[in-house]
Amino acid sequence: MEIKLLYFLIPSLIMFCCGVYGFLTRKNMIAILISLELMLNSVDINFVVFNRYLYPQAQEGMFFTLFAIAIAAAETALAIAIIINLYRATQNVDVCDANKLKG
Amino acid sequence: MAPTIPLLILAIPLTMFLVLGLLGPKMSHKFAGWLGVCGMGTTLVLAYYTAFTYFFSGSTDFIAGADRLQYIVFNQDWLQFYDKLVIRLGFLLDPISALMLVVITTISFCVHLYSLGYMEGEKGFQRYYAFLQLFSFSMLGLVVATNIFQMYIFWELVGASSYLLIGFYYTRHSAVAASKKAFIVTRFADLGFLIGILILSYYTGTFNFTDLTSAPAAGGLAYQINEVTAFGAFSSFEGATFMGCSLFSLALILIFMGGMGKSAMMPLHIWLPDAMEGPTPVSALIHAATMVVAGVYLVARLFPLYILDDCTALTFITVVGAITAFYAAVVACTQVDIKRVLAFSTISQIAFMMVALGVARPDIHDGMGYMAGMFHMFTHAMFKALLFLGAGALIHAVHSNDYTAMGGLRKYMPITHITFLIGCLAIAGIPPFSGFFSKDEILTAAYQNHFFWGAWMSMVAALTAFYMFRLYYRIFWWNEPDYSSHHHHPHDAPWVMTLPLVFLALVSCVAGFIPFGEFVTWNGEPYHIHLDMGVAIPSVVIAVCAIALATVMYKKENPLPDKVAAATGGLWTAAYHRFYWDEIYMFVTHKIIFNLICRPIAWFDRHIIDGSMDGMAWVAQRLSISIRPLQSGNVQYYVWVYLAGVLLLGAAAAVCILL
Repeated sequence: MEIKLLYFLIPSLIMFCCGVYGFLTRKNMIAILISLELMLNSVDINFVVFNRYLYPQAQEGMFFTLFAIAIAAAETALAIAIIINLYRATQNVDVCDANKLKG
Repeated sequence: MAPTIPLLILAIPLTMFLVLGLLGPKMSHKFAGWLGVCGMGTTLVLAYYTAFTYFFSGSTDFIAGADRLQYIVFNQDWLQFYDKLVIRLGFLLDPISALMLVVITTISFCVHLYSLGYMEGEKGFQRYYAFLQLFSFSMLGLVVATNIFQMYIFWELVGASSYLLIGFYYTRHSAVAASKKAFIVTRFADLGFLIGILILSYYTGTFNFTDLTSAPAAGGLAYQINEVTAFGAFSSFEGATFMGCSLFSLALILIFMGGMGKSAMMPLHIWLPDAMEGPTPVSALIHAATMVVAGVYLVARLFPLYILDDCTALTFITVVGAITAFYAAVVACTQVDIKRVLAFSTISQIAFMMVALGVARPDIHDGMGYMAGMFHMFTHAMFKALLFLGAGALIHAVHSNDYTAMGGLRKYMPITHITFLIGCLAIAGIPPFSGFFSKDEILTAAYQNHFFWGAWMSMVAALTAFYMFRLYYRIFWWNEPDYSSHHHHPHDAPWVMTLPLVFLALVSCVAGFIPFGEFVTWNGEPYHIHLDMGVAIPSVVIAVCAIALATVMYKKENPLPDKVAAATGGLWTAAYHRFYWDEIYMFVTHKIIFNLICRPIAWFDRHIIDGSMDGMAWVAQRLSISIRPLQSGNVQYYVWVYLAGVLLLGAAAAVCILL
């Protein structure tokens, strides 16, 4: 059986929508971060499969994905650090309550 | 001449000002005072050296044949706007600047020394010395200015230090008011000065005195003061008029207006009597000997220009000077406060100098009026500083400014008495004291110009002798008030105060014999002074008569002065109230200017200008409040908006493609 481009894109789309849904509805910052990662990974999948199916001789999509993964890792580390510090300060990671600096 | 010493003359007082101003509070009174005296003493020596080099060295830089030249020691570009508009700071040596170097440093040194005693134990003693140094620096910078803009800069500095010193007792309301009055009145006059400078420099294209008033001397860089100037007699002014008056005359009159403010000519004289609120040595230094003659100095400095101008401006100067001299002399006859008598006498004597300049013409006795004015400036500085310092000693002794608290003091204060008497004789014009010689030259020049001016000034001279001896008799003779209420009987001041008195008295005795015309004339050519007996004898007789009248009226307590006052009635009262000039000024400023001009402008500013600005601010504020919720800080809300936007755009794109 031939594996078509669409078979990759549909799960990727579902992942992205889940990520968007989670980002908009969750109040826990950790959950928001996870949703963000979901969206990023779905995009990574898209990069890889488009590269593989449309321009098999090129490598850019792969490299882009690797970059995105590395940057996502750094960004997660940073976000986690912020969330942990916020938790230490307020005993709370609810995004709605983090409004102490609001004017 | 190397620029080191002239530079030091300016640098030492400035450095002393900074040192005393910044470190003064950490010093003891004694140390600060002696530091100031030593600084001024060094400046004095250097200034004397410079002046003596200029007058007596015979170097070709300074003298060509018998003619004295103008010599620029240095002239540094200070502010260059473009190649033509350059403001320089420099040091110009010529007869009058060398003369003023001697006068300023002498008086300033005497005052520094005197203040050690007079200001002893005062709060802010170091500040006082710092301001004295600042004033000396500014005044020295003013007289050695190479261009009219440098003069203007130092002119303002002098005004500022005068303000600081008048308001030295800043806790006293009257002193604060007097300092503000002096500052505002002179500033108003300086507005005219500035406009005059701008008109003059616009048409001539230069600020430099050497270009304005001098021509290059034969075969050298040195300048010969001359009416045929380096710029060819200002053809650029040819025909320029404004409101029917030649613009050149107008510029000169406006420049003279600056001088009127500083030299307290009518109608801008009102600040000087009030300026006596400052410490007495300050009055001696600033408001008698140096700063107030800056106006005379300014006219003298630009004298070749005044001659060029068909004498419109010179006539104006003569008229203003003559009226002021008479007015001030009359008022001085009625004042009670001894410092105010001296203040009005100063106004009158400066007006004498102005008249001397105003009546001077190159074709009348080689412009001897100019020489006479400068001579009187020199002698007056000495004897008026002497009188003021003497008055300071009296005030120090009896703790009052009014002569009603004095009387019979000749027994208690012999040194002050003798020196004060010498000052009075000098100002009254009794030979052989210095005032006689300079006043005689002025009167001769005035008679040469027109008999009317001569007669007028003789009358003022008689009044001068009268009011000075009225003051003298009221202080030292008259009736002795009860001194037993004081802690101790009045006595002569300590040596730091009497030494300057004795020194200045000696100078006043001998200064008249200086062959002044050999040193200072308007064009640098020597002029041989000879006494004109036709003028000298009548003026001495008049002065003696006036003194005799004062003797009759004031030597012993008698009802005559009161009778005279009652007989003249309204005139006496009006003179006592200084002919209501202050009231007129108050009326004009408060009732007319404040009510009719300032209040509408203030209303316009507060309601229209501020209102429109406030309105704009209000609109911006309301607008920002209404859109503020958009930036809530809630990231998830942002994402919602973003998502909606993307979906809308996508939908729009899809529709566009499909259709």
